[in-house]
Amino acid sequence: MYDTNFQRASSAADAASKMAAADDGKYLSGGQTLLPTMKARLAAPSDLIDLTTIDGMAGISVDADTVTIGAATTHADVAASAEVASAIPALAQLASHIGDPAVRNRGTIGGSIANNDPAADYPAACLGLGATIVTDKREMSADDFFTGMFETALDESEIVMGVKFPRAVKAAYEKFPNPASRYAMVGVFAAQAADGVRVAVTGAGSNGVFRHTEMEAALSNWSADALDGISTSASDMLSDLHGTAEYRAHLVGAIAKRAVAKA
Amino acid sequence: MSNGIGASPARTEDRRLTTGRGRYTDDFKVHGQHFAAFVRSPHAHANVTGIDKAAAEAAPGVVAVYDGHQLTGDGIGNIICGWAITSKDGSPMNMGAWSALATDKVRYVGDAVAIVVAETQAQARNAAELVEVSYSELPAVIGSENALKSGAAQIHENAPGNLIFDWGIGDEAATDAAIAGAARTVSIDLTNNRVSPNAMEPRAALAQYDAGDDQLTLHTTSQNPHVARLVLSAFYQVAPENKLRVIAPDVGGGFGSKIYIYPEEIACLWACRKAGVPAVKWTSDRTEAFLTDAHGRDHVTTATMGFDANNKIVGFKVDTIADLGAYMSLFSSATPTYLYATLLSGQYNIPNIYGNVRTVYTNTTPVDAYRGAGRPEATFVLESIMTKAANELGVDPAELRRTNFIKEFPHETPVIMTYDAGDFEKSLDNAMAAIDYSGMAARKAEAASRGKLRGIGMSCYIEACGIAPSAAVGSLGAGVGLWESAEVRVNAVGSIEVLTGSHSHGQGHETTFRQIVCERLGVPFENVEIVHGDTDKVQMGMGTYGSRSGAVGMTAILKALEKVEAKAKQIAAHTLEASEDDIVIEGGEVSVKGTDKKMLWHEVALAAYVAHNLPEGMEPGLKETAFYDPSNFTFPAGCYICEVEVDPDTGKTDIVRYVAADDFGTIINPQIVEGQVHGGITQGIGQALLEGVVYDDDGQMLTGSYMDYTMPRADDVPSYEVSTTATPAPSNPLGIKGCGEAGAIGTPPAVINAIKDAIGADVSMPATPQAVWSAIHATKMAAE
Repeated sequence: MYDTNFQRASSAADAASKMAAADDGKYLSGGQTLLPTMKARLAAPSDLIDLTTIDGMAGISVDADTVTIGAATTHADVAASAEVASAIPALAQLASHIGDPAVRNRGTIGGSIANNDPAADYPAACLGLGATIVTDKREMSADDFFTGMFETALDESEIVMGVKFPRAVKAAYEKFPNPASRYAMVGVFAAQAADGVRVAVTGAGSNGVFRHTEMEAALSNWSADALDGISTSASDMLSDLHGTAEYRAHLVGAIAKRAVAKA
Repeated sequence: MSNGIGASPARTEDRRLTTGRGRYTDDFKVHGQHFAAFVRSPHAHANVTGIDKAAAEAAPGVVAVYDGHQLTGDGIGNIICGWAITSKDGSPMNMGAWSALATDKVRYVGDAVAIVVAETQAQARNAAELVEVSYSELPAVIGSENALKSGAAQIHENAPGNLIFDWGIGDEAATDAAIAGAARTVSIDLTNNRVSPNAMEPRAALAQYDAGDDQLTLHTTSQNPHVARLVLSAFYQVAPENKLRVIAPDVGGGFGSKIYIYPEEIACLWACRKAGVPAVKWTSDRTEAFLTDAHGRDHVTTATMGFDANNKIVGFKVDTIADLGAYMSLFSSATPTYLYATLLSGQYNIPNIYGNVRTVYTNTTPVDAYRGAGRPEATFVLESIMTKAANELGVDPAELRRTNFIKEFPHETPVIMTYDAGDFEKSLDNAMAAIDYSGMAARKAEAASRGKLRGIGMSCYIEACGIAPSAAVGSLGAGVGLWESAEVRVNAVGSIEVLTGSHSHGQGHETTFRQIVCERLGVPFENVEIVHGDTDKVQMGMGTYGSRSGAVGMTAILKALEKVEAKAKQIAAHTLEASEDDIVIEGGEVSVKGTDKKMLWHEVALAAYVAHNLPEGMEPGLKETAFYDPSNFTFPAGCYICEVEVDPDTGKTDIVRYVAADDFGTIINPQIVEGQVHGGITQGIGQALLEGVVYDDDGQMLTGSYMDYTMPRADDVPSYEVSTTATPAPSNPLGIKGCGEAGAIGTPPAVINAIKDAIGADVSMPATPQAVWSAIHATKMAAE
């Protein structure tokens, strides 16, 4: 790892001003992607500005319609939350299968969605439930937030403050892991969400997380069998040594059926 | 005897190893310690046209930056391959030069070009990035078949067509004739995937130079510190042996990869003295480990087997290309020849065998022995073709094996091995009973009702280990002898130190070796200490690899103990005024048989050292040394049966049952042996299902981290059901055969045969979900 200045932010404004003052600063919110990248000397930010120290950044609140999760809430806390498990069981279950215990104890939902790794789990939940992303500047829908592989609608120094998940009628997340990294090679979040049927696919798309609109249409009749005959185009799929585009396209169908059956 | 042969006392070493009190090379921090970082080639194949060190030399904390020309200029010798193989046409192998720091050409990604010595590790690494190496890229040669193609880039000048040797064993004409006259023939094409060793502790070296005594000391991650010292002195000219001490302290796993003496150890020793600093330390990171630790396997093989009308094998012909990577590592030539083709007879009575092996250079990490070393490759070829043959001949795979088993010993194979003991049917019977072989059809049907494809596969392996004897390996080209040494020192108070040339890096020698002393002398377990891994303490030894430390290392201890016992008996006989022949040593007492006359063990020891009343002419003291060279290899064998369930939708394979029935001869510590079997099987499952080093066409490694290289995890493997039978090895007095590699040798074909049975299609290793799904999918497409 190259030398870096570690700074703790006390508020979103403080974080933004520290960022503005830095040569080449990076926000840190758990660091489960950024720190290994730095250790491999593949990233060398001049400053790390820790967002998890911002007051009120971590925490879970649940009301009749919505589960709100602060950006600095760890995956382990979401997985262990009885309130989340009761309101949106699929969300708690998803969090409980991110990475390994060390990752879940440090990694946060804000860090995950701001990074928008194409194989991360949380983007599928946000898109699959029709969540609203709250930043220090605005609120935006998940449909608008995720714009491509490692790309989001966040401005340069904009900070994710939390995510509002509307309760769903039913929902489930099913993941087929990459054998080596255990990231999703295909992950499907299927839901009868507040605003209708949603099917979000992570790990597979060459443009990051995406909604499978053909499946959503078919699932007006909610059953795994309704997905028979729906194919996914391999031309939109990632391809690597663990899974060709053709294999991933097939898996999207197989895993989606399991997610629907599980919900 | 509660802690003797056959007992399972808890591993003594685990108290420190499991509580963070182990002392590994990187844990040693010495006064004046500096750090090394290596500048490595980012290209698989390139000429080095210039090295500009100025910016690195001016960087903070940097003491020295040295390149390959300086290294060779100081007379540091090229890295050797220690086993000479002669081609079929009588020509010697074409070994290319390997300098610890590349001079004019780099030949794989990770090839070391320069060493930077600085005050801190971070400074060394930062400065290494400032060394500007100019490269002129050359086309990369990736894949052993590509290496032999005409027009392939030439990697070493003296290896035309990238061919290192073209070697054969057995009678080709007789084998061809037997196959031509066979009632049925079966052929198979196989790839044995390249794997990375992934010891938990990465390699490390701490070189220290004492200018006062002109003495070098190297702490390093070695399986054989004495061999390291010998080679560093005699071939690399780092220092004379008497001025070089090599210490291999706690070592966290080797699997073969820590047998060899690598560029980094050589460069650290040389640079330490040259830079005039007290010490230089280098510790590999995981990326460097993937790039530079010697890989294993990487064979491409075609084989044909002929059967008579009664399903008896009449001939077996095998053609293999083995990829040795960019340079010939220490035992790289022996692994795909004398450790591979000599085992092609397996457990079967095969009258005619011919094995042809061509080895090639490619622009990849060097390949050498890795847990099993040649024997897993032989077993994979043989046990894959046996199951394929059973299917094509329409007989049960178990019955085809049983029909061809060797049943009488000794048995001389057509590929120079003489099997001295075994009971292959018994292992097969035990494994079949344990797995309920006959109930498979019902289990298959039940799985099908759940949408799963269930399959069963077996593998009957034999291996040659306890690698020895010296005269035999010498006649086959080995540059060293393969004996082992031991010294048993009885202290004046009766406690005992055993100095062994074996080296433990996870095997549990400190426990097992104590047990042999307790068995013989009946002294308390805690009164015995096992000393290993330091050339200043221990007499010359050959180290640990090839499952040799029980059969060879422990027998050396036994031989030294016998000398100690003989002297102790003489002293006791003299003191007790009895005949030596009547003296027995038992339960910590030395007594006159049938009387109440006795001395306690420590009284005999004290008598030996005070020397007031010793037999006429006897030297004082009680300390004996033995060098033991056995009369043959040992031949562990067994039968593994694997049951899998494949999810046809995803291609994912779950191993649902795994039965191992091994014959290791005499077992000293059953729990440690069971642990070795578990580890070996897991490594075999890793190779079969998960692991594989992949390069792109430019020679960049795509599997250089755990994000892409799949190590087996706990949830990838089932609970193993293991059992043993014992036909003691006749070639050593303890009857030990060895157990360290069996699991990794026997497992891959059992797993792959089970998957093939489940899906009814061929699949290569690693049988990843994608590979299995693609095989199912292709079969389905072909049927439609």
